[in-house]
Amino acid sequence: MSIRTTRALRAIAATGVVALGLAACSSGGGNDAGGDASSADDVAAALEEGGTLTVWAWEPTLTDVVSDFETEYPNVDVELVNAGTGNDQYTALQNAIAAGKGVPDVAQVEYYALPQFALSDAVADLSAYGAADLDGTFTPGPWNAVQQGEGIYGLPMDSGPMALFYNEEVFTEHGVEVPTTWDGFVEAARALHEADPDVYITNDTGDAGFTTSLIWQAGGQPFQVEGTDVTVDLADAGSTQFAQTWQTLIDEDLLAPVSSWSDEWYQGLGNGTIATLAIGAWMPANLESGVPDGAGKWRVAPLPQWEDGASASAENGGSALSVPAASQNQALAYGFLEYANAGDGVQTRIDGGAFPATTAELESDEFQGYESEYFGGQKINEVLAQSAADVVEGWSYLPFQVYANSIFNDTVGQAYVSSTTLAEGLQAWQDASVTYGTDQGFTVNE
Amino acid sequence: MTATTPTNTSVPAARPAARKPVRLRSRAPHSVSSPRRSTLLTVLSGIVLLYALVPLFWLFVNATKTQSSLFSSFGLWFSGDFALFDNIARTLSYDDGIFGRWFANTVLYVVLGAGGATFLAVLGGYALAKFDFPGKRGVFATVIGAVAVPGTALAVPTFLMFSQMGLTNTPWAVIIPSLISPFGLYLMWVFAAEAIPTELLEAARVDGSSEFRTFFQVSLPLLAPGIVTVLLFTMVATWNNYFLPLIMLKDPSWYPLTLGLNAWNAQAATAGGEAIFDLVITGSLLTILPLIVAFLFLQRYWQSGLAAGSVKE
Amino acid sequence: MTTTSPPVAVPPPVDALSSRPVRRRRRSWIGWGFVGPFMAVFALVFLAPIAYSIYLSLFRTQMVGGTQFVGFDNYARAFGDPQFWSGVSRVGLFLLVQVPIMLGIALLVALAIDSGRLYGKNFFRISIFLPYAVPAVVATLMWGFMYGTRFGLVGNINDALGTSIPNPLSPDWVLLAIGNIVTWEFVGYNMLIFYSALRVIPTSLYEAAELDGASQWQVVRAIKIPAIRGSLVIATIFSIIGSFQLFNEPSILQSLAPNAITTYFTPNLYAYSLSFSGQQYNYSATVAIIMGVLTMIVAYVVQLRGMRKEA
Repeated sequence: MSIRTTRALRAIAATGVVALGLAACSSGGGNDAGGDASSADDVAAALEEGGTLTVWAWEPTLTDVVSDFETEYPNVDVELVNAGTGNDQYTALQNAIAAGKGVPDVAQVEYYALPQFALSDAVADLSAYGAADLDGTFTPGPWNAVQQGEGIYGLPMDSGPMALFYNEEVFTEHGVEVPTTWDGFVEAARALHEADPDVYITNDTGDAGFTTSLIWQAGGQPFQVEGTDVTVDLADAGSTQFAQTWQTLIDEDLLAPVSSWSDEWYQGLGNGTIATLAIGAWMPANLESGVPDGAGKWRVAPLPQWEDGASASAENGGSALSVPAASQNQALAYGFLEYANAGDGVQTRIDGGAFPATTAELESDEFQGYESEYFGGQKINEVLAQSAADVVEGWSYLPFQVYANSIFNDTVGQAYVSSTTLAEGLQAWQDASVTYGTDQGFTVNE
Repeated sequence: MTATTPTNTSVPAARPAARKPVRLRSRAPHSVSSPRRSTLLTVLSGIVLLYALVPLFWLFVNATKTQSSLFSSFGLWFSGDFALFDNIARTLSYDDGIFGRWFANTVLYVVLGAGGATFLAVLGGYALAKFDFPGKRGVFATVIGAVAVPGTALAVPTFLMFSQMGLTNTPWAVIIPSLISPFGLYLMWVFAAEAIPTELLEAARVDGSSEFRTFFQVSLPLLAPGIVTVLLFTMVATWNNYFLPLIMLKDPSWYPLTLGLNAWNAQAATAGGEAIFDLVITGSLLTILPLIVAFLFLQRYWQSGLAAGSVKE
Repeated sequence: MTTTSPPVAVPPPVDALSSRPVRRRRRSWIGWGFVGPFMAVFALVFLAPIAYSIYLSLFRTQMVGGTQFVGFDNYARAFGDPQFWSGVSRVGLFLLVQVPIMLGIALLVALAIDSGRLYGKNFFRISIFLPYAVPAVVATLMWGFMYGTRFGLVGNINDALGTSIPNPLSPDWVLLAIGNIVTWEFVGYNMLIFYSALRVIPTSLYEAAELDGASQWQVVRAIKIPAIRGSLVIATIFSIIGSFQLFNEPSILQSLAPNAITTYFTPNLYAYSLSFSGQQYNYSATVAIIMGVLTMIVAYVVQLRGMRKEA
């Protein structure tokens, strides 16, 4: 009796769940409610008519943008939700899309993750709303990053052209020159550490974004994508150049073993034990709020070069705003995107400390003339805007970069804590990525 | 029901020289039932005590520091400035007072979740202890078996199920899963078996009382210490719930305190985010206080409840 | 109940499939009226998702290519997956070291408090129990701050005393560091379970032992420990289940020690990464189911051995 009862209960439950599951599986995939004939007129009409928008974003400057937007278009009500940063956001977004419910109308997606969403048609192609007209509004790096094949899958929000942020006090104190090449960087690292063993030129415990950006700057193109045809080659010229130079730093213990964004990292930036950061242009806002002790001591220089006299740069981080395909308010959502990323919203965000992706603002005299108090009065935007223009072209991310980055520390990261070399780690990363890609049905070449 | 007979209140009458029962340990001759106090044992136990309390002391000390002195002062002692009240004020007012909202959410989840879990566990334990019904063995085996399955196996399917039902991002997504406490069920089973004499139930039935009336009028009062114990343990479990809410909730205004603190900590790790380690620490201190207070005040009950019934000599 | 069997009794070993209907008086369905609500929610919250998980584990979804039925392919893959097995062996090691240490300390403290030989035993009892009230998130964040070798407590101690305590968050030491956090969190809780079981041992047993001239130590071995066997077994089982499901602590520490705590550090963490970073829900379900079965087997074996000794 007990056997039958338990089994019966389980059978009923299982049937019920299977039914639910099948329903969930079939409705996921996002049918776009936008229709084919949408255009810029539709967007204007939607803004007039109004409605409600749910925006998932963690960018703090958007709060002001939202209130300005609501003032400009009083019929629109925007709900700004911080559903998590980075990975947490993508997980939540993917869960919502799989469940077919609770999908936001606008989502912040970092550039490296966008191809993944674009490929699975999880985000809408914005060319239908006239996004192609915005060609030239944005700097090359971000504009390239939001395009996949023929479509445009987001509007760039901020950008992160890289520069070398350095603590001038530390360099002056130890009589070391600020490096202009990566070889010079290694030299400076040795000099600083020898002068004071507590001081490191920078910290690193393995960061996928940093590594890919540096390979990008070196001209490497380890990831190439043609639809569902993917090539992964982390041993190409650019990757090897990075691995060789960086291995020296690891071997000689010249990198502070502190994870970026940890409490120890903030401390190190403040008390001078971490002397530089090669990082994206959005860093000043973080330094100002998180490292008050460093005020007046930091400066910005162009990113060290792989070749003497060159002027190459790369993007590090930065995100776009996209419209999930399952949204019911795509035209209205696009209106918000345009406002925030190509309209008045840009200046609002700059005022809040964000680094824009639009050429107009970057080249404006006002922007470039800004003297930062935190940086001792330096016109930091001159350096940063120049970096944006110098970004090397031709870079792409994998259509499963989110996964690849999540296993970066399992593979390449081991080079920082064991006798594995960076080259071996990169090979392991490549192997794991190839396995995953093949698993997921891509045609992967090496 | 309470273990009120400590082993040392009386000298056993078996002693050849008849003595008056002695209350104070130190006066009795040393024996198994009235041993002498041991400094060594106290010191050794003291080491375990220190181990348990040092991190809590660390938490308190560091909640009194400002963010910059957090970084520059010794971890286990106070820094120059005593900023505890300042920190508390900022914790409660940061981001339009969202901490207070998280606190209220947690209380809601605990009251409904732990309360509900206790109710279900009491009913279930009572059934397992006092009734014989078809499938009885299967019930407990299934419950223990299901608990062995890792939460991750349940997370995504539960999420998909709940979103079909429109429950995700609502308090119900947190409350409903917390209604099942296998340990609570077990505890109530054992407790009910001990504390409720079957004769009493038989008598009530003979009097014509329905099973449910018998339960509420006869059995429930006897189960009181056990109920309080299960309530306290389910309260701790729901107060500290982290994993499932992490997946179910997207709207920060429904976060429990655990998720909120984690979000604040993660804030430091975003471009443009504000590092608020001092608020995370102060917030953590405020989060654990209510539970500690609850445990201190309700000590009597949960100890006797855990003793699972009196012993009949 | 009698005076010799443990008051906190472990239910007899059950196997739902082999229980034979026993003809007893009062065998009726009324019991379901009481246990029904619990089982109904249980079915919704546990049984349904488990069933769905099993269903998921038989399929495979690809980013390019959709979903197909693959039978037991996922299980075959799991059995040959080195990352999965490294996670399993890690929690196995964790279990073999951490559980005995934690339960050992808990038992010793419970015995010490029960022996009546401590000064201020009430203070001990409540204080050692306090860490249980601290959420895992808070405990891990706290210990994470303290483990810092540059500015955390470990660093402070190194500077102050000139020692060189190794970095708790390095790959060699991180498992120990996590074991420390888990022990800290639960030693008081287990201590209390044992202590409460000790409290209900009838004093007549002690009196009899004294008549026989037994020493304190003999009393402990012959009376106290056997009397709380039931609690020991249950505490062990729940600790084993907890060890196999280790997730919260490594997950929160991962940002502090990204190279030491890999995405497959524990099986639960592996299943989580598969689901949420890799969108591999099917394989994740497979890993979780296998772990569930493994855990059940080990827990069952422990229970059998624990109960057999009673005879």
